[in-house]
Amino acid sequence: MDGREETGPRCSCLPGPQAQSCCGSTGSAPAEEVRTATSRITLANRLDHLLARWGWNREGHRVEPGLYRLSRPAADSPVFASANYTLSFDALRSALVGVDAWILVLDTKGINVWCAAGKGTFGTDELVRRIRAAGLESVVSHRKIIVPQLGAPGIAAPEVARRSGFAVEYGPVRARDLPEYLKTHTAIPAMRRVEFPIADRIVLAPVELVLALPMFLAAIVLWYLAGPVAALAAASAILTGTVLFPILLPFVPTRDFSTKGLILGAIVALPFAFSFGTSPALPSWAAALSAVTVLLIMPAVVAYLALNFTGSSTFTSRTGVKKEIFRYVPVMAVMVVAGLLAGIALGASRLMGVI
Amino acid sequence: MYDIYTETSLRYDPDRCINCRRCTQVCPHAVFTEGPDRAELARPSACMECGACALNCPVQAITVQSGVGCAWAMIAAALRGKDMDTESSCGGNDGSCCG
Ligand code: SF4
Ligand code: SF4
Repeated sequence: MDGREETGPRCSCLPGPQAQSCCGSTGSAPAEEVRTATSRITLANRLDHLLARWGWNREGHRVEPGLYRLSRPAADSPVFASANYTLSFDALRSALVGVDAWILVLDTKGINVWCAAGKGTFGTDELVRRIRAAGLESVVSHRKIIVPQLGAPGIAAPEVARRSGFAVEYGPVRARDLPEYLKTHTAIPAMRRVEFPIADRIVLAPVELVLALPMFLAAIVLWYLAGPVAALAAASAILTGTVLFPILLPFVPTRDFSTKGLILGAIVALPFAFSFGTSPALPSWAAALSAVTVLLIMPAVVAYLALNFTGSSTFTSRTGVKKEIFRYVPVMAVMVVAGLLAGIALGASRLMGVI
Repeated sequence: MYDIYTETSLRYDPDRCINCRRCTQVCPHAVFTEGPDRAELARPSACMECGACALNCPVQAITVQSGVGCAWAMIAAALRGKDMDTESSCGGNDGSCCG
């Protein structure tokens, strides 16, 4: 994550270059320029969001870090912190329709608030640095900054207060709850909970799929080695692990991702195992071995992809994931190796004309 | 059975708590709830070890070994001969999770 090139100025809210400084006289502090933002989401913004969702130019979806004015903020207007990822920043500004506010954008290298907080780029040091660089104490008359709750894993509020004089107030998890939250500055429990609803899970599917593209090469190779049904089985396993698994996540029994994957993989493998097992072209031992091969490899592949989805989910702990890796990856490895050996035996038999 | 996530590294010392309610505000999984005199550890097994509560508790009543529960990053670290706990990092150029 270090050594990445900063992209040029490209605020998502204004079409042209944003050189204009709009708040130059903010007391004596050598403050950075203050940019302007609106609550409007343009077509270009929507296109940018779509590309981000598909993993296109993953780190290029950035806004310039620094202080922004939304509508016509005054010295007593609220200050919100955000990440310099377009989706995070746009979610915030579009939720604040009709609100005069300041937005302090931290440099999170184009990563969303939640992931950046985990990495520490949305963190205490960066927040304090941005507060100082913007000369925030001379811009506003109060000493409060509203930070998204999902930024809390990176922010030590007591330390921010000590170092900057600004008290951190944690806003709701979702920017869309901000209008309701701002009425009382208290969040009802539902606003504090991270859910992982189907819409959020589906939104992740494109990136998962793009990342899995190289794996489809294996399916193409299998087409030549073992025929179209084997290739279809491989493609099905990959699609099940990357797209179907996230969608069906809460409905598959067990809490461990690996066992969920094994179950789902076994279900998807069944028709293929049946197709191979009842193939009239094969002697019965070879048909049975083909079915076993499928039942060994497909669930293991789906389980591995499922395990890798832990990082995208919103609730797995590191302790748990580590235990999962140690408990289930050996099982998956044994299944795949056994399946491959069976497959090689079948291939050799075919080459030698036995089947 | 088949629920490996019941145990976490979260530890809470209620005797230290000054009932500021910060932990109930930052926890994304309602692990802590408000009590009459101090925070209550209501759903310990729901903890995802994000570290927000420990980082924001003003009196260090909470400790947790925070980290990202991402198998992809941990396996990648292990394959490169690095430490799974401290040297795995999510996202980056080819990370599978950070959108
Ligand atoms: S943050 Fe610490 S002091 Fe505050 S309620 Fe939670 S445990 Fe108690
Ligand atoms: S580490 Fe995170 S998930 Fe666990 S109790 Fe603390 S705030 Fe909640």
